Amino acid sequence: MQILLGSLLNGLVYGMLLFMLASGLTLIFSMMGVLNFAHASIYMLGAYFAYDVSRYISFWAGLIIAPLACGLIGAAIEVWGLRRCHRSGHAAELLFTFGLVFIIQRLVMMIWGTLPVPYQVPGSLNFTLFALYGQNFPAYRGFMLLVSAGMLLSTWLVLKKTRIGLIIQAALTHPNMVAALGHDVPLVFTIVFAGGCALAGLAGVIGGNYFTTDSGMADALGPIVFVVVVFGGLGSLVGCFIASITMGLVQTFAVTANGSISSLFAPLGFDLGGDTLLGEILTLPIARIGPLLPYILMILILFFRPRGLMGTRDA
Amino acid sequence: MLKRVFRAAALAAACGAAFWGQPSRAGDDTIKIGYIDPFSGAVAAGGDASLKMGQFILDYINSKGGALGKKFELVTFDDKLQPAEALIALKSITDQHIPFVASCVGSNVGAALINAVNKHNERNPDNRVLLLNCGQLATELTNEQCSFWHFRFVGNVAMRAVARIKSLPKTVNSVYLINQDYLYGQSIEHDTKKYLAEYRPDIKIVADEFIPLMQIKDFAPYITKIKASGAQSLLTGNYGPDLNLLIKAGVDAGLNIRYDTYLGHVIGAVTAIGIYGDGRLTSVMEEHDNIPVEEQNTEAEEFFKKWRATHDFAFIGVPGLTQFEMMARAINAAGSTDAVKVALALEGMHQKDLFGADNIMRKEDHQLLMPYYEAVLTKNVKYDVEKTGLGWKTEFKTTVADETLPTTCKMKRPAS
Repeated sequence: MQILLGSLLNGLVYGMLLFMLASGLTLIFSMMGVLNFAHASIYMLGAYFAYDVSRYISFWAGLIIAPLACGLIGAAIEVWGLRRCHRSGHAAELLFTFGLVFIIQRLVMMIWGTLPVPYQVPGSLNFTLFALYGQNFPAYRGFMLLVSAGMLLSTWLVLKKTRIGLIIQAALTHPNMVAALGHDVPLVFTIVFAGGCALAGLAGVIGGNYFTTDSGMADALGPIVFVVVVFGGLGSLVGCFIASITMGLVQTFAVTANGSISSLFAPLGFDLGGDTLLGEILTLPIARIGPLLPYILMILILFFRPRGLMGTRDA
Repeated sequence: MLKRVFRAAALAAACGAAFWGQPSRAGDDTIKIGYIDPFSGAVAAGGDASLKMGQFILDYINSKGGALGKKFELVTFDDKLQPAEALIALKSITDQHIPFVASCVGSNVGAALINAVNKHNERNPDNRVLLLNCGQLATELTNEQCSFWHFRFVGNVAMRAVARIKSLPKTVNSVYLINQDYLYGQSIEHDTKKYLAEYRPDIKIVADEFIPLMQIKDFAPYITKIKASGAQSLLTGNYGPDLNLLIKAGVDAGLNIRYDTYLGHVIGAVTAIGIYGDGRLTSVMEEHDNIPVEEQNTEAEEFFKKWRATHDFAFIGVPGLTQFEMMARAINAAGSTDAVKVALALEGMHQKDLFGADNIMRKEDHQLLMPYYEAVLTKNVKYDVEKTGLGWKTEFKTTVADETLPTTCKMKRPAS
């Protein structure tokens, strides 16, 4: 029971962080059809900005300033970069964001060095919230849950209850019609891109001191975010939410699982160990292949439901 | 017309710029060591620390005259802890005719380099290199994978396991094993279990866990499991973020356990555990700052003080110092940097380390034999680590004889 509850909470926290990152990406992907490879790099920039701001001013100032800065950078990328590439087609946009990944990583290494930076949890949040079966649950994790939930709520409110949200939703599926109705669709695109980047930046502020802040953090989190977006389906925030929580829980529970895939089939009478094909992989304890599981899930969903869980639009 | 001139000039400038950065060929007035380690990515802190210690050591060796009247020089290459990148670096090193390759982090890289150096030396007898292992610990590298061209100047996993297991207090009767899932971590798990069975059959191994290398950022799920197991000691070979984050998660969760590590003395771990480590963190190491105090060795104490004056982290490069003292002697004895001659000079060489212990480069497997200290992190010692107020205190020491373990190496010696 202790392991179950502990893992549930931890998986939830990790899943919510993934959601913060993936929601921006899925919005950008759905609306503009461009896979923003640099999304995890913006997350990294958010963490580094927050580190700098928290050193000179405070963590709370960083919570406001860093996402804003990332949003501005996102807007700049969209206006001066993506708009030009858009003329040359999807491949050009993809390559552009792909190139951005390297440029941002090298810039980070040049400005802040190659070593991890000591971006710490602020003192005011560095206490134990409660103890669960003798294991402490840090208050900062509760804060992370709070921020991600608040961000989910406000994003949902903006999209569903405001005029701009309405226009964004429409432009998601019918950009040409929306343009014909006189709305400035390029501006809407820029707002969405900037908004997505701001969300990634916010995830960086929260996640940077929870994980470590170093020049490899974009490479570490990037792939899993794409898995979440594909699994949840394009154009659907709810799908993205379900997918992030699922991936977070899967990875967390995998660590504590004591069986292997072959042990799952044993009660059915199949002996999948030893000499069978793939026998080595199937007898590995699930804990050891934990990080693989999200990718296996992604492959499975691509087989059976390429649209993703709740996708509203084909890729 | 002007456009053509401009284009030609630009092309010439580009070519000039390309050649400007060309490193000079060996045969200059320094003896170059091609140094391959991760300087970016998750373990960048480790590679950077090694580099700083390497430069400190070489400054010392060069001040004593270097070898053959020349100074040693490090030429660095970033391998990002990837064997593929390390092989690219090796190619660059051999292209530049640099005679020595050193690498300190990652047994996966070490294994790949041994293979590649074997092949290269066989195919290029006029451009052979020696591989100097300053920190890749998997026992296999001097057993199944031993090579005439490879010399290991630090204790391997088996040697450390002897010290680790023999030093566990009698009060410990359950351990939780957690290690990184690659050559080194598997070597630790294998040798830990072997020596536990041999020296402490009373200890129960409650779990035997592997984690993916440098991937996990959040160890909370593992701490949950460890707590539920009720183990008294967390026995781990983890290093870098895999250790520092594990410890951090344990401290955050208020886990009351001993951290009996193999590499807890490497940069970052003591900072991660902080005051919580008092009496809880132990490690097996070749050196710590308080050994000269315990053994009343003023020369060694001065050496460590000189390092502390300009660095925030502990000097764990005593084997590195021994390595370059031996290299200098070997190169002088060989009269050149020729790989075979230097290798033959190194084999069987005795060298007194900084604490006066007689280290031996064993001819059979090219493993340097040295004593090991097991120490606990505690207050009330003269020198602290990473400015935490806590420092190492020796609890247990092995001798070179204790560490002279059997080897399964069947070394292929070169014909010439």
